[in-house]
Amino acid sequence: MGEILALDASGLTKVYGSGHTEVVALRDASMRVRRGEVVALLGPSGAGKSTFLLCVGLINPPTRGGIAIGGRRVQDGARSFGDLRRFRRENIGFVFQKSNLIPFLSAIENVQVVGELIGRPPSLARRRAMELLEALGVGPRAFNMPTQLSGGEQQRVTVARALANRPSLILADEPTAALDSKRGRQVMELFRDVAHEHGTGVIVVTHDHRALDVFDTVYEMEDGMLKPAAHEQVAETVRQPGTA
Amino acid sequence: MNLAVRDIRHSLGRFILTTIGVGMLLMVVMGMGGIYRGLVDDALVVTRSVGADLWVVQRDTRGPFAEVSRLPRSLVDRVAAVPGVTDAREFVFHTIQRERGGKPLRMGVLGLGWPLDKGEGLPLVAGRALGQAHFEMIADESLGLALGERLRLGKDTYTVVGITRWLVASGGDGIACFTSRDAQAIQFDEPGESVRLERQARRGRAGEADIGRTQPGVLERASGLSGEIAALPGPAVSAVIARLAPGAEAGAVQQVMSGWSDVTVYTGAQQEDLLLRGSVDRARRQIQLFRVLLTLISAVIMALIIYTLTLDKLHPLALLKLIGAPNRTIIGLILQQALIMGGLAFGVGYGVGLKLFPMFPRRVLVTNDDLLRVAGIVLLISVFSSLLGIWKAMRVAPSEAIG
Repeated sequence: MGEILALDASGLTKVYGSGHTEVVALRDASMRVRRGEVVALLGPSGAGKSTFLLCVGLINPPTRGGIAIGGRRVQDGARSFGDLRRFRRENIGFVFQKSNLIPFLSAIENVQVVGELIGRPPSLARRRAMELLEALGVGPRAFNMPTQLSGGEQQRVTVARALANRPSLILADEPTAALDSKRGRQVMELFRDVAHEHGTGVIVVTHDHRALDVFDTVYEMEDGMLKPAAHEQVAETVRQPGTA
Repeated sequence: MNLAVRDIRHSLGRFILTTIGVGMLLMVVMGMGGIYRGLVDDALVVTRSVGADLWVVQRDTRGPFAEVSRLPRSLVDRVAAVPGVTDAREFVFHTIQRERGGKPLRMGVLGLGWPLDKGEGLPLVAGRALGQAHFEMIADESLGLALGERLRLGKDTYTVVGITRWLVASGGDGIACFTSRDAQAIQFDEPGESVRLERQARRGRAGEADIGRTQPGVLERASGLSGEIAALPGPAVSAVIARLAPGAEAGAVQQVMSGWSDVTVYTGAQQEDLLLRGSVDRARRQIQLFRVLLTLISAVIMALIIYTLTLDKLHPLALLKLIGAPNRTIIGLILQQALIMGGLAFGVGYGVGLKLFPMFPRRVLVTNDDLLRVAGIVLLISVFSSLLGIWKAMRVAPSEAIG
């Protein structure tokens, strides 16, 4: 019996429009992420990174290709298996460039809501939310509203929210873009620690080359095509930021 | 965790102001209903307070509330003699306008069938019923007369001995109750000069006739009091009201009197129906239509408010979808907010209405049935108005949370 992967995406192709207006955003992209593995996805703007995340995040179905998360096949082309929204709330965590917290909920409520959505009793969901916030160093700010938090604090709360459902897979789209380099690195290290500690697969789309050493695997995407970055290439990138 | 309450808490000031606005609108809806009820109740208050089983009015007229009805006072005895009638009384009703303290004083004058009816059945809030056959009156508080106050009407002065509440005519004028003789004296009051001229004219007409020329006594009588001349009718009454003995069948008694060629007879219910379909019908329908319009406007405004509140939340809603919130969570958020707003607005409308409606010049009668009906309408409005917002929320794609 083979290893259960956090993500097994194979041959993902995404085509927008048709005829003259046809745009191919993803071309036969495949990625396998083991449990506890932290993957960086590099590439210029418009390369198809966000489209890839939307596909594997079960938000935007691929035109072709299959997706299995946590060993469960959930998507085959445009055909999906089961309630994707339910699968998403139970198995996937999202972190974005902007903190994307719900503005009318406090920090702890933003995390707690995920627990309640997957059916935990409110008291248990709240306790778990507090544990996560404390683990991420924002416990003292748990009862503040998002507007009362700094950018780094907001991002930590977002990470806590992404972890609240103990997901198989965390998808992060440029999570450090709004942070300074020190905070950015801290967040990347946080992902690595979370992945290793919880056995969660993490995919991080990033332009921040200074923290690539944090990742177990680095992928590159260009014109919708996905390929693993060569180890030497990554090392070079780390030495010379901005050249990848 | 109740997301609707959390969202309300987050934008509490705006929510409160919006709710107050909607509440005011609902207060107007309640008020229109109350004015409608008040109008109907005011129209019926006189007929109900006299408690007549049958109304005997001038032949082919619709009674004293619709048009002029004149009947001889002697008709009271004729009606009282009909089997099944326990008592018959004169009914005198007319409207007068005088001046008091430089302001117009408009009142309905209601004659009570003294001594059978002294006004004990009236809705007295102060003072007492009439205690003597003349020169006392019971006034509605809307006339602004104080207990013990003396008011000159015609040649006589009347003392206010009792105060009623909400005893008003269908036009909204407060009613003052007198004995029927006094009410007639007020109605047929003529200046002394007019009386003198009439007597002189009578004497002149008698002098031209043979009997006047041959019998001087006739000329002398002709220039005397009109009440002492048998050939002249006494003051007319507006109607005669009859009460029936227990067990007497109104239809049968009515049929007996309908055989008389000088009167038309209505039952109490028929008289009320004539009132509602006659003098107040148009105003009633106008208010009803206005009420329907206001209800529709409230629904549209609430729908727009809920829709706007939803538009403001599109990003959080997309985010909720992204993290996997089921549609029922999102629908619940919008629907609960609409219901909370509707419920609070209803409370605000009712509370403010309670304070404001008594200050209105005409009665605003908000009944429990009407309140329940408005509550039901608010519930429906809340649900329907949230549909537009829910429709918008359902169209939001989770990917919009990322962009």
